[in-house]
Amino acid sequence: MENPQEKIGSLQRRGFWRDLQSLWQGLGLTWRHLFQARERRSPLHIADPNYFQQDTGVVTLTYPYESLPVPENGRYRLHNEIDDCIVCDLCAKICPVDCITIESVKATEEIGETSDGTKKRLYAPVFDIDLAKCCYCGLCTTVCPTDCLTMTKVYDFAEVDIKNMIYHFTDLTPEQAEEKKKLWADQQEAIAVAKAEAMKARQQQKGE
Amino acid sequence: MWALPLVLLLILGVVVIIFYAERKLSAFMQDRLGPMEAGPYGTLQFAADLLKLLQKEDIVPAAADKMLFKYAPLVIFASVLAGFAVIPLTPDLVPSGTPIGLFFLLAIVSLDVIGLLMAGWGSNNKYALLGAMRSVAQIVSYEIPAGLAILSVVIIGQSLDLQEISFQQGVHLQQFPGYAQEVNYLFGLKELGIDVTHVGGILSWNIVRVPLLSLGFIIYFIASLAECNRAPFDIPEAESELVAGFHVEYSGFRFATLFLAEYAMMLLVSLVAVILFLGSWNTPFPNMGPVRLADWTTGTLGAWSGNLWAFFWLVNKALVLMVVQVWLRWTFPRMRVDQLMHLCWKILTPAALVLVLIAAVWRLLMI
Repeated sequence: MENPQEKIGSLQRRGFWRDLQSLWQGLGLTWRHLFQARERRSPLHIADPNYFQQDTGVVTLTYPYESLPVPENGRYRLHNEIDDCIVCDLCAKICPVDCITIESVKATEEIGETSDGTKKRLYAPVFDIDLAKCCYCGLCTTVCPTDCLTMTKVYDFAEVDIKNMIYHFTDLTPEQAEEKKKLWADQQEAIAVAKAEAMKARQQQKGE
Repeated sequence: MWALPLVLLLILGVVVIIFYAERKLSAFMQDRLGPMEAGPYGTLQFAADLLKLLQKEDIVPAAADKMLFKYAPLVIFASVLAGFAVIPLTPDLVPSGTPIGLFFLLAIVSLDVIGLLMAGWGSNNKYALLGAMRSVAQIVSYEIPAGLAILSVVIIGQSLDLQEISFQQGVHLQQFPGYAQEVNYLFGLKELGIDVTHVGGILSWNIVRVPLLSLGFIIYFIASLAECNRAPFDIPEAESELVAGFHVEYSGFRFATLFLAEYAMMLLVSLVAVILFLGSWNTPFPNMGPVRLADWTTGTLGAWSGNLWAFFWLVNKALVLMVVQVWLRWTFPRMRVDQLMHLCWKILTPAALVLVLIAAVWRLLMI
């Protein structure tokens, strides 16, 4: 009562008229939003200077038709660059949810070089990542010695059939895998035979 | 004879419009888009919803009172539909032009509460029963301020015939049987001596004819929101306490019927508000000298033009009121049950009683 400002201030008023005023303000608020719905917020990148300037208009994103831009370093879906993979099995070992399955076949000779110069000596007939299990912790990408396992910015990879969530990264067909296995076995056999013959020859030499 | 199909068509048409509008308006008020997928801008969403409701299983709880449970939606919808019988759609078309139309309307719509109790009791579910009790308590309470506000209109208009009340509020006044000598004065006051009988438009609407009736309109409108269980008075639905009120056990087509009854009730109370306070099927534009706006937008009585204009104005005014109902719903939070009763018995009812008194005095001044 002493302060005339208080008498004018709407919040200081009590009772019926204040209630009426606040009801009216509420109606005004929704009415304003109703007309602001003619505008729509555009899907801007977070880095855009106008990102926080859009404070009116419809916020809904009609998702399959439009989507928010993802940061360049977004880490969502695992990808294995099989050409760079040396099949060391580290990722499968560190994975907390065991979503990576690797089988390996030894090669008869050096089969190539990764982009960082590491020698490749193993084939991978199976390199599966079950992305339905993946918990996106990124541990596999940190332990990977050749940086062939990375998380990409693809985030929309839902599937109707959960079996399609298992990604096969191997570059060998089953026939090729069999062939490589056979080659390795043959080579081992040949080595064993050669060894046995050499042993025999040495014993014969001793005997004479 | 074809009044029933016509009224049903009107109800369904308006329900379709307001059902879509409610979703879109509520979305826009909350910075959303609302339905977008079914049809252009989601216009076919209601059809999709209807199909979904129709193919749902018709569940009747094993322990329910089957008879009451099954017939409750019928009673509720029938009582609301019966209310439409006395609504004048145009100067010529009124399904049942009885001289006690308003009285009949109030009486028959009250049967609604029996249907609600049947639904709540028949469901054999304590939540449904509580919801029904709250619903019924609310509707019975709010009939008093609504009835008093209507009574003040009856005092001013000296009639219970909705068609007669409609004629009083427009340029066709003297065409009503027995009204050849009647004259509309500005604000209803003969003392002012301003004859507006042939000016019509908004000047002859009840809220202008007797400005106090705009207060009556507000009282009636608030009470009517509660009567059709609309927000902010939708405590029967109070989902945090009561799941979904008296219709919690209903599914499929029975639920659709209850839903339709709610929207039909919205339309009915809006139509009654329009007829009693907002000039019924009369145009809002007055005649101004040579610019005969009222005559141009009223058409000829008894001809196609007259009927079409009247129908156009009636339905559009009702739609505007229904949009206001939607607007209120998406603005105000739901009231607590004690606040609801406080508003009804301590604010609206005394105000309506005073209004009736003043209306009676005003009527004396009008003679």
